[in-house]
Amino acid sequence: MTIKTLETRQVSRRGLFSLFGAGTLAAMGIGIAGPAFADAKGVDAAIAKITGGKAAGSGKITMDVPQIAENGSTVPITVSVDSPMTDASHVKTLHVWADGNPSPEVASFHFTPMSGKAYVSTRIRLAKTQNVVTLAEMSDGSFAMGKAEVKVTIGGCGG
Amino acid sequence: MKKAYLGAMAFGAAALIAASFASTAHADHNSPLLGKMEVDDRRSGYTYMEPETKAIQDDDFENPAMIWVEDGEQIWSSVDGNAGKSCKSCHNEAFESMKGVAAGYPKYDPKLKKLKSLEQQINICRTERMQAKPWKWESNELLATTIFVRHQSRGMPVNVSIDDEAAPFFAKGKEFYYERRGQLDMACKHCHEDNPGNMARANRLTQGQINGFPTYRLKWQKVGSVHRRFRGCNKNIRAQPLKYGADEYVNLELYVAWRGRGLPVETPAVRN
Amino acid sequence: MAKTKARVKAPKSAKKGEAFQIKTLISHKMETGQRKDKKGNKIPRDIINKFVCTYNGKEVFSADWHPAVSANPYLAFYVKAEESGSLEMTWTDDAGKAVKKTAKVTVS
Repeated sequence: MTIKTLETRQVSRRGLFSLFGAGTLAAMGIGIAGPAFADAKGVDAAIAKITGGKAAGSGKITMDVPQIAENGSTVPITVSVDSPMTDASHVKTLHVWADGNPSPEVASFHFTPMSGKAYVSTRIRLAKTQNVVTLAEMSDGSFAMGKAEVKVTIGGCGG
Repeated sequence: MKKAYLGAMAFGAAALIAASFASTAHADHNSPLLGKMEVDDRRSGYTYMEPETKAIQDDDFENPAMIWVEDGEQIWSSVDGNAGKSCKSCHNEAFESMKGVAAGYPKYDPKLKKLKSLEQQINICRTERMQAKPWKWESNELLATTIFVRHQSRGMPVNVSIDDEAAPFFAKGKEFYYERRGQLDMACKHCHEDNPGNMARANRLTQGQINGFPTYRLKWQKVGSVHRRFRGCNKNIRAQPLKYGADEYVNLELYVAWRGRGLPVETPAVRN
Repeated sequence: MAKTKARVKAPKSAKKGEAFQIKTLISHKMETGQRKDKKGNKIPRDIINKFVCTYNGKEVFSADWHPAVSANPYLAFYVKAEESGSLEMTWTDDAGKAVKKTAKVTVS
């Protein structure tokens, strides 16, 4: 899977309620009466806070995500950043957000020149179809961004 | 004359389409770990999963259920109960003594005069031989031990006995499978015999095979037993779920296991 | 899990300068804090929030985790082979409890 840049859909809370019931949301570990679902603006703000408004280039981050998540509770993702990972030029931190989750932060990974490769493979929770957004902070002060959509179906008859 | 030609053409076209479908349908049904995951028209649930899910099952490190197998291994040689025994005391090395066991469960127990599942046999060993307390059905201990024992048969074809004393219970299980129940008034067959491969809302239906249980279900975020799955299915069609270990469920387990005869034991499988 | 259990997969040997992959898996519910119990009360958050890998005592890789990391977290990353020694993984939860697992590597 390569990076896809897509418009984020704004789904109203009422729309969400009509899409899936309380039971399935609760089973997903997502509260309803709690915080509203995040949207892309929340992630943009988080990114701006880190970059200080500096532009983040694209093309350096490769994201391998499923087209369709078997289940939103466990979505395997692999992210790698093109970098020589030397003392002079390496990735310091890789941030991962899910722009449609109740809280968009997923994880931050801290690398060193001893990492050899700026690569992580892990499994994350996605509450619904949304973008996984990544931001890499480089040692030279520059930034790189990535974004990929994962389709998450909710509301099965799965027992 | 014309009608016959048209009929023949249609049949031929259909056969061609079916043949091409068949060849592509089988292409990615194999597991790099276990090989063929289908026998005749019986398909493992594995074959309906997304590639990422299959990849997790195919790697013994990445499969989170293997942690329960490790736990089961520890339990196997741990003494428990007033008799001062462990499973190992009687059964020695599991990879020898338990090989093939899972492939034949549930089976008829002459003392109980009915079928017993593997979970029930483990508790029989605990209470009668080890003088230990029986474990609750969905407890981590019973899950781990059941998974560990069934894992010793991984790769072996499911081969349950449905003859002789097992026959009447097999018949009851079959009856349950085809019986409508619940507010949705559905039988197992409506999803698992009539609609495998189709979507039930957001889930892809499978044939409902149980050769990989106890299974790590992504939905549960942990491993679970067949009876947990049966209860879930019953709840989903708004039927009263039966108790864990209910006779009806053990009978159903034999029938459903028979429906998957020849499929490899996959324990622990990874499913949605 | 009564106990939190961790596993590590790393090569036993590597060539100096080569980047080798480490795979890790730990059993943990990663309770998000969003779920409610049968009575309607929120089940408190309880997650592993930090993972650290040190190489002969030096931190080479770490991760900050939030509740959106799946239960039974799986994490694979790379380390550059420099010298023989031990790689220590530490998982720490919200309560500050830590689980450690070590792997030894011979570098030639």
